[in-house]
Amino acid sequence: MAKLTEQRPDPNQLLRQVQAEEQEQRGSKLKIFLGYSEGVGKSFRMLDEGRRRRERGEDVVVGAVQPKVPDEINSLLQSLEVISCKTIAGVPVMDLSSIVARHPQVCLVDGLAYDNPPGSAHATRWQDVQELLAAGISVIASVNLQFIEERRDQVEKITGKHVTATVPLSFLKAADEIELVDAPPELCMVRAAQGTKPGSVLATRQQHLSELREIALVLAADVVDHQLEAYMRSHGIEQLWGAQERILVYITPQASSSKMIESGRRNAERFHGELFVAYLDQPGITAKDQAALHSNLSLARAAGAQVVTLDGDDPVDAILEFAKARGVTQIFVGQTSDRGWRDRLFGTTVDDLVRVAQGMDVRIFPK
Amino acid sequence: MAQTRRGHLKMYLGYAAGVGKTYKMLEEALELKHQGMDVVVGYVEPHGRKDTIAKVVGLELVPRRKVQYKTATFEELDTDAILQRHPQVCIVDEFAHTNVPGSERTKRWQDVQILLDAGIDVLTTMNVQHLEGLNDQIWQITGVRVRETVPDWVVKDADEVIMTDLTPRALLNRLERGVVYAPDKARRAMENFFQESNLVALREMALLQTAHEVEVRQSTQDEVEDVLRNLKPGALALTPQAASQKERILIHVTPAPASAALIRRGRRVADYLHADCFAVYVESEEDSKRAPTPEFEALEKHLSFARNLHIETRVLQGKDAAKVLVDFARQQGVTQIFVMRTHENGWPHIFGRDLLRQIVHLARDMQVTIVAERGRSAKL
Repeated sequence: MAKLTEQRPDPNQLLRQVQAEEQEQRGSKLKIFLGYSEGVGKSFRMLDEGRRRRERGEDVVVGAVQPKVPDEINSLLQSLEVISCKTIAGVPVMDLSSIVARHPQVCLVDGLAYDNPPGSAHATRWQDVQELLAAGISVIASVNLQFIEERRDQVEKITGKHVTATVPLSFLKAADEIELVDAPPELCMVRAAQGTKPGSVLATRQQHLSELREIALVLAADVVDHQLEAYMRSHGIEQLWGAQERILVYITPQASSSKMIESGRRNAERFHGELFVAYLDQPGITAKDQAALHSNLSLARAAGAQVVTLDGDDPVDAILEFAKARGVTQIFVGQTSDRGWRDRLFGTTVDDLVRVAQGMDVRIFPK
Repeated sequence: MAQTRRGHLKMYLGYAAGVGKTYKMLEEALELKHQGMDVVVGYVEPHGRKDTIAKVVGLELVPRRKVQYKTATFEELDTDAILQRHPQVCIVDEFAHTNVPGSERTKRWQDVQILLDAGIDVLTTMNVQHLEGLNDQIWQITGVRVRETVPDWVVKDADEVIMTDLTPRALLNRLERGVVYAPDKARRAMENFFQESNLVALREMALLQTAHEVEVRQSTQDEVEDVLRNLKPGALALTPQAASQKERILIHVTPAPASAALIRRGRRVADYLHADCFAVYVESEEDSKRAPTPEFEALEKHLSFARNLHIETRVLQGKDAAKVLVDFARQQGVTQIFVMRTHENGWPHIFGRDLLRQIVHLARDMQVTIVAERGRSAKL
């Protein structure tokens, strides 16, 4: 049902497109391997890709390796050209000038989350990578979930480990490709066995790893969703469907909105989906209704919802237009009937919505 | 006799052929063998892929069963031979595969159940599009109606689900280099199912599905504890207190073809909300007296489909379908009724919208979810 439109893209969209095209012209690409914990094997996967690319004739160098590497990685490194990091004030720093001078097609960077010492060209290693990309060198890098700035607190609560150097999520989202390295937690435990404290309880560790896996999977899905959206926009496709569940809770002063918002939150969480809470901007609303609306909107924000103000005379049109544009899969509405003039039950908004909402679920909540 | 421990099932989930599921599975098989486990290959489909073939070398193969069907010979998993050999771990590729007609079991996943029951651990592979619960969504996105499906509960029963990720671009490169399919087939694939937008969407679904599988395995234990805490001694599982702890979903089944999609959707939402789920048909008294009609057969088909998805089914009787349904729902502590939005055409009006209105009108103390058929989006 998605239809191609001739409409002019908005300025932001245009800008993103220009940036994408610039990168296209430079020819450099960024690919990131994301792991949920140490020992999942992302370094191996990354270096193995480097090896295969080299075998296919690409000019590949290694720009950074982890300080301690297991045997299987060492043997992979043997087959690759390595430009060693410089150690400044005890910190490994990528040798940017040597890499740029050598100018390979592809540079492998194992470990993105490093802060460079003062006086370096850039404060962080991921910024070094940006310079390589700008110089026309493609980069394949690896990073662990715990080092993603936006997930740091969440991970720290699970593992109790604090990290200082991080990589912003936006850097991942801007990558051309990200690949999730998943592995069974027990395999990962065997591989990282040297790293664990002797007293650590196996079951707890397994539970932790499982929680980290879930976060990493959802994060990867989020980045992929972002790419899907970008793909569709760049192809001028008006989005009408998505791979994930998107829930729109439509609130009115009459409906029991707080229950609906809570249910929306729980559903979005369970589905790892997106939550929108929308209301129709109505002039001449009573002070009491205004207050109810305000408190519901703060509830919505607390629930992590994106709050949407709909304009227009007809709520059904407004809801539907938004729902279509954003690929909503479930609309939550309250029963609108009041005893009295509205007693034509199911003859108003809800009725119309059910009639016109194609390809979506409409969930009607009790008053 | 000591009871055998049920075997562990580990599944490598992917989103398309060529992402490397079989390769990853064999990698783990070799690692297990290295650790001293007794590992055999029950079935691997190498598709002529060099890397995969290299991995099979060094693993013991249980010869496949040759089956003559019509004029051709097919090779299938030899479940009996594996049971006899009784290894610790068996590799069984392509979990969603449909066996050749005349086989003892219709589906390969059913063969795998036999191996697990015998205490054999199984490593297997599957693509996300074979999940029954995603069937409509997959069709909506790709235009492909996947026929080989696996009920979601089978995957939920797996001990572990591992995502095999590969970026769509890397997959397309592999296709172009002829790693996945022969050139002809590769070209056709890229024009159809393997379009980049399809692959990106399928990949996102596989990631989210895996996240869900991981999450479900975390919360099962928590929930068992919750229920134990909340259950009073001697109380039935269906007391209002217990019901208020847990969502209960009731799916209203009719003979309409759209019921299949409604059942899938209800099941899926129930799975994600960790809810109980059952399906009900309300039959009028005249119906019950009439001889079997095509409608009756359609209904039987839907109810049996629901049962295959582990949904308890019930046929109720009464003149006023909406009232019977809602009364039953209330009595059962249902929190959410799933009904299909029927097409204005094709299905008698009286059975469609009016019934819907009545249900919504009567079920004022619960949620009613109206599921619209998923339309097919235009080709990207």
